[in-house]
Amino acid sequence: MSAYAARYIKPNDRLTSFERLEIYNRQYWFRVLASLAEDYPGLRAVLGGRRFEAMCRAYLTECPSRSFTLRNLGAQLGIWLRQNPRWIHDRRVLALDMVRLEWADIEAFDGEAKPALRSEDLREAKPASLQLGIQPYVQLLDLHYPVDDLLLEVKHGDDTPDRASNAVQERRKHSRVRAVAKLEPEQIFLAVHRLDFSVYFRRIEPEEFALLTALRSGKTVERAIELAFRKSSVLAADRAAFVQHSFQTWGALGWFCRPEENKRGEESVRKEHSWKS
Amino acid sequence: MPGNRFNGFTDYGVGIGLRAPHYDHILSRKPVVDWFEIISENFMIDGGRPLHILDQILEQYKVVQHGVSMYFGSAEKPDREHLRRLKELVKRTNTPWLSDHLCWGSVDGRYTHDLLPMPYTFEAARLTAQKIREVRDFLEIPIAVENVSSYAEYHVSEMTEWEFLNEVVERADCGILLDVNNIYVSSRNHNFDPLTYINSVPAHRVAQIHIAGHSKFQKYILDTHDHPVIDPVWKLYDRAIQLAGHTATLLEWDDSIPSFQEVHREALKANRFLASKSLAVAV
Repeated sequence: MSAYAARYIKPNDRLTSFERLEIYNRQYWFRVLASLAEDYPGLRAVLGGRRFEAMCRAYLTECPSRSFTLRNLGAQLGIWLRQNPRWIHDRRVLALDMVRLEWADIEAFDGEAKPALRSEDLREAKPASLQLGIQPYVQLLDLHYPVDDLLLEVKHGDDTPDRASNAVQERRKHSRVRAVAKLEPEQIFLAVHRLDFSVYFRRIEPEEFALLTALRSGKTVERAIELAFRKSSVLAADRAAFVQHSFQTWGALGWFCRPEENKRGEESVRKEHSWKS
Repeated sequence: MPGNRFNGFTDYGVGIGLRAPHYDHILSRKPVVDWFEIISENFMIDGGRPLHILDQILEQYKVVQHGVSMYFGSAEKPDREHLRRLKELVKRTNTPWLSDHLCWGSVDGRYTHDLLPMPYTFEAARLTAQKIREVRDFLEIPIAVENVSSYAEYHVSEMTEWEFLNEVVERADCGILLDVNNIYVSSRNHNFDPLTYINSVPAHRVAQIHIAGHSKFQKYILDTHDHPVIDPVWKLYDRAIQLAGHTATLLEWDDSIPSFQEVHREALKANRFLASKSLAVAV
């Protein structure tokens, strides 16, 4: 490497060619590793600091940044970890859940907010043909662990002032380790969303998750409701109230917007295809 | 030369970089500040708090955009998505000019997120100038290129850094964001006289000046933007405004960021030099 550096870089009276190049190398790794550590504190807590850094180096070597902004540095991390499970072998499901949550956190923080639909926009609409868009900043997750609690605990620890003593920082680290170790599997459904410019993790029912997912994919309201209750334990008599309450809540949160153009008519196109076959 | 065609004929005074730790102070206290410089990439997003904050700042203050990832010196064409987002932001901020660095930092669509020094060759100057023109034509606002601090020099270089800067800006017919701290840092790392650099810059093209602090190590100086401006850098600033006149000046402080008041106080030291120049002109 020294000979290679010497071919391109001039030495000076204090540094060899390699040493001058090495300044840039160190700065590069410092910058990108710090960026991932800032974006994925939960995954860092799950893997531990050393393994997290080694994993990040491997990830960035295979998936270097392809965006002008460091915001997107971890965009491929979830996919890459699924293809490279050796980095997370003993906590695979937990780690993958955490990566999804932390990326959703980023997307919810600065995702697009389209004009929210008002109740009067929907007054004349018929559920059989009505399609609703879900705000791009709303991220829907089905998870196997309650990683929302863990991430909040990790972030809360990081919020304490930097001037905390070594002993306090050590206690904080042990507390995180304990939190990871004691986390038991539990299926949860989450809407990661934004309200007044702050990101929130909202636990939702499986039926709500199914309904929102179906709406986002372009299903009509009527069809989405059918799908949402296909395997539901909610009593048939309670379903109308459930749907009404859900729609009121989401409407108040401003989650509904006009559907994307390419999602409009998706239902009918699909039907057309199935009809032809 | 308070205003020229490279800074939209403005006279902006002394500003500071808009940084997240200062948001609350600025929005609640509304301190008097001539202008703020924003890092464009922090606001080239689809929505959320950063744009909300920016909109509130824009209601009260003048804002100029400064980029860190256009990489005028990289061989590839400007990324269209990057340009589209940048133009959207330009419309939002109404920035009178836009600056980015005279450097490279990406290869085949892979980004280093660093400001890498250029090989000072005529071919590099030609390609860089061409790219600056393309970006300016797309954005339809004046562009100023900033000299970067560097830690390495190439064997293939055919000229000095300041000769290269002149070659590029003349070919591109663009402005200069003269960073006097970067000149100082590079002068120490590469053993040249920083005054020779400043005296060689075409003063009529200076759209803006950057000042900042740095960190000194045993064998080199690193441009860290985490300290006050040192006296030798203020002397370079003094010389720069002697040549370029009362120029929009901006203090960069990006790490270990102190209180808003401390950063602003440090920036306002520039007024001592600017005032003495105004006095000299009056006499």
